[in-house]
Amino acid sequence: MAQSAVAQPTATTPAVPAKLPIGAIAPWAVFFGILMLVLLYFVGAEQGATSLVSGEGVHEWVHDARHLLGFPCH
Amino acid sequence: MNSVTVRNLLVRGMLAGLAAGVLALVVSYFLAEPRVDEAIAFEEAHAHEHGGEELVTRAMQSTGGLATGILVYGVAFGGIAALAYCFALGRIGRFGPRASALLLAAAGLFAVYVVPFLKYPANPPAVGDPDTLNQRTALFFLMIVLSVLLTVAAVILGKRLAARLGNWNASVAAGAFFVLTVGLAYAFLPSFNEAPEGFPATLLWQYRLATLAIQATLWTVYGLVFGVLAERLLAPKPATAEGKAPEARATPVAH
Repeated sequence: MAQSAVAQPTATTPAVPAKLPIGAIAPWAVFFGILMLVLLYFVGAEQGATSLVSGEGVHEWVHDARHLLGFPCH
Repeated sequence: MNSVTVRNLLVRGMLAGLAAGVLALVVSYFLAEPRVDEAIAFEEAHAHEHGGEELVTRAMQSTGGLATGILVYGVAFGGIAALAYCFALGRIGRFGPRASALLLAAAGLFAVYVVPFLKYPANPPAVGDPDTLNQRTALFFLMIVLSVLLTVAAVILGKRLAARLGNWNASVAAGAFFVLTVGLAYAFLPSFNEAPEGFPATLLWQYRLATLAIQATLWTVYGLVFGVLAERLLAPKPATAEGKAPEARATPVAH
């Protein structure tokens, strides 16, 4: 009774999607995950606590974004 | 086939992140930039000496620089969240593509920003001692990592306990685990209160609320846009000739 009442909307609402195998996700996660983290590092921390590029250009350019996104800036 | 799905979701995640970044940028510019200017005005009024010419002008920092930072942040988190989504899909319970996306975005806002923010809130210019920058940066990133790991752990714990305790009690137990562990981190990690003498409390409060609004915008828009894109990809509208589509695996394994 309750079963059929619940089962009714599944005809219109999307079904629970299939799982993607970990093996298919892993290569993308490793390469793009690291790439994304590098991007975040440049926005959030470069030329602050640590510095890969000399000078202050990166820090000064993203200064406002860094403050507003919550990263410690100076 | 599955690898293609992951790639397609990743691309859509980054696009959704870009769209979310654009709206977050609007909120930053109109809601938060005025507070930054007030904070800088305070800083300059109280500076003993001010060093030389600016490398990047304020006008550039508050427009082009701000846009670069926010959009890159949006795309980067959009991509990371899409990868997390690939993993969460079908593994977090009986949620369709859209609901999964919104849930993931809510978890992202919570774990990546709100929980670390409660311990290490955003500071405007003029607040913050340069001497503690290294320590504050390391602790801020540590808090994000810790918060994300504990959120994932709480979800896994909740799923494991659900079989024995039922969904409600398992969720309460997982929530209690999260609050307890994050509470311990809050209690034992060092705090910083570096607002200078006389810095207006209302300005600090408004500034921090504005940063929260930026993140809320970013993650909400991301969840909604990515949800629509993911649903179009995973559960296309025309219901014809879809033998191998999600329906084939629709009945979830009871756990």
